[in-house]
Amino acid sequence: MSDAPPSPEKAPAIHDMGGLSRFRCSPVERDEAPPDAFGRRVDALRQVLAAKKMMTVDELRRGIESIPEDEYFALTYYERWMTSICTLMVEKGVVAAEDLR
Amino acid sequence: MSAPARAASVARLEKLLAALMAKGLVTEAELAEMQARTDRASPEIGARMVARAWLDPAWRARLVASGSECAEAMGVSMAGAPPLGVLEDRPGLHHLVVCTLCSCYPRAVLGYPPSWYKSFEYRSRAIRDPRGVLAEWGTTLPPGTKIRVVDSTADYRWMVLPMRPEGTEGWSEDQLAALVTRDALVGVALPVLPMAAAAE
Repeated sequence: MSDAPPSPEKAPAIHDMGGLSRFRCSPVERDEAPPDAFGRRVDALRQVLAAKKMMTVDELRRGIESIPEDEYFALTYYERWMTSICTLMVEKGVVAAEDLR
Repeated sequence: MSAPARAASVARLEKLLAALMAKGLVTEAELAEMQARTDRASPEIGARMVARAWLDPAWRARLVASGSECAEAMGVSMAGAPPLGVLEDRPGLHHLVVCTLCSCYPRAVLGYPPSWYKSFEYRSRAIRDPRGVLAEWGTTLPPGTKIRVVDSTADYRWMVLPMRPEGTEGWSEDQLAALVTRDALVGVALPVLPMAAAAE
């Protein structure tokens, strides 16, 4: 392993956050609040869709991990989940993109 | 991190749900049932698994061999969940769990992951500066203790089996389980006696 900065094509995708220097000096915000109503609803929807074999965890991850960096940071945790679920449902032809506008 | 979702996101979710429900693919009752089931999981389950391990060497051996099997033995359904591994702390070795890629967490036995576990700061710093992260929790390890940081993934989830605190000889399983917090099961804190915590 060298300490040279990774070349652009080798730079990890933004979700690959382990050791990222950007947050090196930022304390962990000790937020203990449970998910809000929106988050719990998204969470339940993901599980229902998984139980019905309409999507997998790996597909959820792929959808989250392909969110552009600026948006990734701007969205809340469960907004990233919802964005991924919407992408997947449109990709699979389950719902139409117009349904979500 | 846990800022409220914006109104546009809430509206988009309801549009998605309306489209799914119009096709009969998802019902409001299924969502409510799933949410209720998810809300029921809590760190008390993990705490009891640990307290039992402190009292029963055979259970401890079984727990370290397969967390999933022990969770099932406690009535927790692990169907469809990834395997649960249990990381055994011992003198000189402490474990800390993180999911650097997102938020993988043994939800069946610990409930929803807390917001800080999903934060960019925790995800990036837990592997580079674990002692600094522990210090923010007021957790200091005995001198010379190694820290092993373990990345929970979509395919394998982890919880910590901390060491039993001194001064708990003769305690019941209930009393011991009450010492095991969610933070201790992740490894950012150690189980402490109420008196010791009050004295700090």
